[in-house]
Amino acid sequence: MSAPAAAGLLGLYVPGDTWLHRAGPGPKAAGLALLGAWVVVGRGPVAALATLGAVVVLAATARIGWRTTARGLLPVLVAAALLAAYQVWQRGAAVAVEVSADLVSAVLAATVVTATTPADRMLDAVVRAARPLRRVGLSPETVGLAVALLLRSVPALARTATEVRDAARARGLERSPRALLVPAAVRAVGRARLVGDALAARGLGD
Amino acid sequence: MSADRPDAVTPDAVAPAPTVPAPTVPAALSRAPVADVALVATFAAFLVVCTVLLALPVPGGSVPVTLQTFAVMLAGVLLGPRRGALAVLLYLVVGFAGLPVFAQGRGGLAVLGAASAGYLLAFVPGAAAAGWLTRLRRVPRTWLPAVVLGATTAATVLVVYPIGIAVMAARTGLSAGEAIVAGAAFLPFDVVKNVLVAIVAAAVFRAFPDMLERR
Repeated sequence: MSAPAAAGLLGLYVPGDTWLHRAGPGPKAAGLALLGAWVVVGRGPVAALATLGAVVVLAATARIGWRTTARGLLPVLVAAALLAAYQVWQRGAAVAVEVSADLVSAVLAATVVTATTPADRMLDAVVRAARPLRRVGLSPETVGLAVALLLRSVPALARTATEVRDAARARGLERSPRALLVPAAVRAVGRARLVGDALAARGLGD
Repeated sequence: MSADRPDAVTPDAVAPAPTVPAPTVPAALSRAPVADVALVATFAAFLVVCTVLLALPVPGGSVPVTLQTFAVMLAGVLLGPRRGALAVLLYLVVGFAGLPVFAQGRGGLAVLGAASAGYLLAFVPGAAAAGWLTRLRRVPRTWLPAVVLGATTAATVLVVYPIGIAVMAARTGLSAGEAIVAGAAFLPFDVVKNVLVAIVAAAVFRAFPDMLERR
């Protein structure tokens, strides 16, 4: 239950078999959007605390582990605490409770959706959702190709960045942003053009 | 190619017309639509690397200053308004889907719940504005970095900041004045990053002059 989150480029997914894991990415994203709208509309500290309680119960049913959840939430908990302190001083406790509870509920709910949905399933849903864009000339295949190319390019560009940093260090320029960024950007553009030529030569993306 | 011309007097002219189109010359490939997809995807990946891996060394600063806004503005300037905005949009979609591509390896829809979500969303029109403001084809080479610096700073202050600050104010219950003061703290860093955009864009346009032609 408290399995460590698969961090790194695999995404922030926590494996499991709860009803939230089985639910499709579409309904979960829609539920999140509804919560976002409700948090903006719902007024008053009581409503905000009730929403937060409901979200906490929902999060508990996802069984993603308290440690994982807490680690994901830590930055927003710190921000919410600072914000609450400032608002107590400026506008009173009611406003402080409302804005900080709203902030934590939205981020907690989104953390749960991300932790119960593998990134590749979410991206498949994005590609499916992009189908209506065909009318403006953007086919779902193109969206899928762009996502795949992005995922393939990140390790390659990361390696380029490391090489460029080593080269800058060898010249004693490791503190110079220019010696780092100019070659990194030029090589990224060069790679993009090679990839584009290779795809066109194979008749892809026509 | 000459075989396609009806007036070409060559031995090929008597042969049956070829059904397969003549192979395209490599120079034309870079103008194919799929080349745009490659540029957009590569710049989205460059955004990931600039945000997660590269950090600006700040003397005495403990908070890492990522190069995220640098890469956003660079995409707008190099690729133009349309493709630049699409590159930023692709980066955001992959991040919202759950890959840890945002600052400090964060990702997922949780970033949309945070108070700083408006800045992320504002990067799309921000890159478009930077690209739209830098119509560089007629700009003399020596003026190019200055034009890029002006355009990217205008896009930052007039497009990214208003959206980012408005969302922050709405999410935190701060007044407009308080939110503007909190948001203005980023301005010095963003100006430094836009200077870097100007330097890097000038170098890339020197290396690939045809990128100025089609943006």
